[in-house]
Amino acid sequence: MGKQKISSSLALSENGFLFLPTTGETFTVNEMGKLILKYLQEGKDQQSIVDAITEEYDVEAEDLQRDYLDFMGQLKQFQLVVEG
Amino acid sequence: MGKKQYERPIINKQYSGFMNKFGNATVSQPKTEIENIPVKDLVAQYGSPLFVMSERVMRENQRNVARIFRTRYPKVQFAWSYKTNYMNAVCSVFHQEGSWAEVVSEFEYDRARRLGVQGEHIIFNGPDKSTEGLERAIREKAKIHIDHYDELYELIEITERLGLTAQVAIRVNYDVGVYPKWDRFGFNYENGEAREALKRIVVNKKLKLVGLHSHIGTYMMSPEPYRIAMTKMVALANWLKSQHHVHLEYLDAGGGLPSHNTLKGQYLQAEEALPALDQYADAITGPLFELESYGDSMPTLILESGRALIDNAGFLISTISALKRLSDGKRAYIIDAGINLLFTSFWYKHKLVPAQATGVIKENASVFGPLCMNIDCIHEDISLPAMKKGEHVVLFNVGAYTMTQWMQFITLRPSVVMIMEKGGVEVIRKGESLDYVMQLEQTPDSLKKFSLV
Amino acid sequence: MNIAVTGLNNVDNPAPGVPVIRAIKESGEFSGRIIGLLYDTLEPGAYLPDVADISYVIPYPSAGLEHLFQRIAIIHEKEKIDVIIPTLDSELNGFIKLAPRLKELGIATYLPTADQLTLRAKDKLADFCKKFDIRVPKNILATSVQDLYKIQSHFEYPVVVKGIFYDAAVVNNLEEASTAFHKLSAKWGLPIIIQEFITGDEYNVCALGSGSEMIGAVAMKKMYITDKGKGWSGITIHDPSLLELSKKTITALQWKSGLELEFVKDKETNEYYLIEINPRFPAWVYLPAAAGQNLPYALLQLALGKTVRPFTTYDIGKMFIRYSWDWITDIKEFETITVHGELNHG
Repeated sequence: MGKQKISSSLALSENGFLFLPTTGETFTVNEMGKLILKYLQEGKDQQSIVDAITEEYDVEAEDLQRDYLDFMGQLKQFQLVVEG
Repeated sequence: MGKKQYERPIINKQYSGFMNKFGNATVSQPKTEIENIPVKDLVAQYGSPLFVMSERVMRENQRNVARIFRTRYPKVQFAWSYKTNYMNAVCSVFHQEGSWAEVVSEFEYDRARRLGVQGEHIIFNGPDKSTEGLERAIREKAKIHIDHYDELYELIEITERLGLTAQVAIRVNYDVGVYPKWDRFGFNYENGEAREALKRIVVNKKLKLVGLHSHIGTYMMSPEPYRIAMTKMVALANWLKSQHHVHLEYLDAGGGLPSHNTLKGQYLQAEEALPALDQYADAITGPLFELESYGDSMPTLILESGRALIDNAGFLISTISALKRLSDGKRAYIIDAGINLLFTSFWYKHKLVPAQATGVIKENASVFGPLCMNIDCIHEDISLPAMKKGEHVVLFNVGAYTMTQWMQFITLRPSVVMIMEKGGVEVIRKGESLDYVMQLEQTPDSLKKFSLV
Repeated sequence: MNIAVTGLNNVDNPAPGVPVIRAIKESGEFSGRIIGLLYDTLEPGAYLPDVADISYVIPYPSAGLEHLFQRIAIIHEKEKIDVIIPTLDSELNGFIKLAPRLKELGIATYLPTADQLTLRAKDKLADFCKKFDIRVPKNILATSVQDLYKIQSHFEYPVVVKGIFYDAAVVNNLEEASTAFHKLSAKWGLPIIIQEFITGDEYNVCALGSGSEMIGAVAMKKMYITDKGKGWSGITIHDPSLLELSKKTITALQWKSGLELEFVKDKETNEYYLIEINPRFPAWVYLPAAAGQNLPYALLQLALGKTVRPFTTYDIGKMFIRYSWDWITDIKEFETITVHGELNHG
């Protein structure tokens, strides 16, 4: 799978509120969504994101992988990530 | 130190005009317990899906409705509508509360008798009564509500032949201003058919006219049609009294009172849109005071309520079998209970909530049942918090017309348990087994063997 | 004094919340806070600094009463609401049912009864009017497309096809009627009302009833109507027969709360037909206030249990000309309201 890059202009606030300046769309994310987006913005790859989250949260890596891929699918659908 | 609690990531696009999150932040308060028993324990012990009935709620409903009507009219008799839910344990609860049985088929009639209800406490409705069924009902002095002329002629013939008297009433239908008109049942009021039928009954010595019956519809969202129906019924009773000196034992207002299920195509939630039961009671009992020459022996008012007494006493626990995304990215849940168990979801938006604590952010989802059919959809659009495979949901208001209309299609029907008022859980119908389903089948010898390669 | 008002959706089909607030604030006697209650994060009234002091997002009526109640209870803890004035049709049923529970919290309302609401419902209005001898267009109710075939035997086209809560379309044939039926029933449910189309000018009356009497009423002729059928300017008129008819209607209903009566004056006969009763103030309710009958403030007084003497006159020839105005804000405010569900102009 190619590396996925988050849209560079995305503005993510502490509140979990997302604004995509290129399109004017706005989104809200829950805590976990916010965290993953933050890691993506920091340039972390899938493995290190999964590692970081399983370290801190009560979740099996396998379950998280599944949710992560689903979430990335959503981001792609909303055109918030692009194949890099 | 323990790790933080995990919740699956969610992202929602903001659209103006859509349900805001403050709009539904509390919509799905999880239902973790039913009558103080954890949903998890119920599933662990009795499996999933699982129908759960609350004895307490049934009794409370019955007492509440009885109080509402008895404070308005002194003589009220309830007759439990078997077709709503004829599980023995359920019927017994209502019989213990003093309700008679209201049946619409011989199958139901036989159930009531086997359960121990005397014929005189059975109201026998329905358009399709067989000769044998009528004979039995006459012998056992059940109250036979005549639906059409052919039934009337047959009753005249049978009572002559047996030399017995039948206790009868006729079902009358009226124009009460609601559509569709239920004119396929009973004798019409406006065109004079009802009076003609009554005239034939009162001159027949073997038919004892004991009452009048009406049932104007189902899930009536307004009390007014009841007032119209009862006003017309009272006019008939007054006419019977003055012209034919018939003193009726009862007037039967039928059923049709709504429950708190929200209909599809109904914009407002049922609890918001529906009038209070008191208003229905006013509409039904008000016209009774126009009865003439009844003196101190007013007729009994019979009510055949089903849905309003039991819908909210029933819960269906189901388990999430899978999560998926539809082609447009929308979340979809597949649960192990579908329209096979919830025929009612064709017309109701059954309330559905998680059975465990969840996060507060919700996403729009569809909820599908397990059947391999496109129509098996419980909710097309419902806002739900993140849930995962294996977790449970609880569907509300499923006490009425589910356990009588469920179908055994590609799977087995699950257990039904009752949470007892005095504590404890009892299985009132065991989950079906393959043996149970196949026991009536017979395979010809020539079809018993095959070999596949 | 803390007054909560719903319906700050001051867009091209405006809700009455903003003008109700404006009338109360400009009564010259009001001192207190105004709390805006929003169903949508983009309701303009929430962003304007001079309308509500603080605004909160609340659940849609269709999300269920218990949720609405819980949300109001939370807001009440912070804001100590004295009176709630709901201004939208679709929320009235719910607020009427919640009224006793709100009262227990110490929140007053001034609402019609559920029965009154039903009497004037679009599908019942004709029956009510017949009973009290008020002229009304003929109508039938449609619960299925089959029912539309009845139009031919009852009416001549064009006819008006109306949703049970909102929206209406004038249709000229069965095809158009069927399109309108599907559109309206999908949105608002059943039944759909088919009403005789009366040709003539429309007149509107904004009024307030106390249950026993009419407290005030101002008649208005729309001068400019948008393609959505909304009056975009109008003028107060003097026609005693119209006010008399309004009084008769309000008295017959024993209406308690604000309302709007819509009449059409038949071009041929010059007779008024009552075509609709809206169970709340109209969006042009500030015009009556400007013309001398501050009906929203009077309603507030009544809600607080005070006696209000009925208005007897108002200025004739007062006009309203509605205009739109682009308010400029930053995404921060939108974010605050989206994420926290409230926006404070404190």
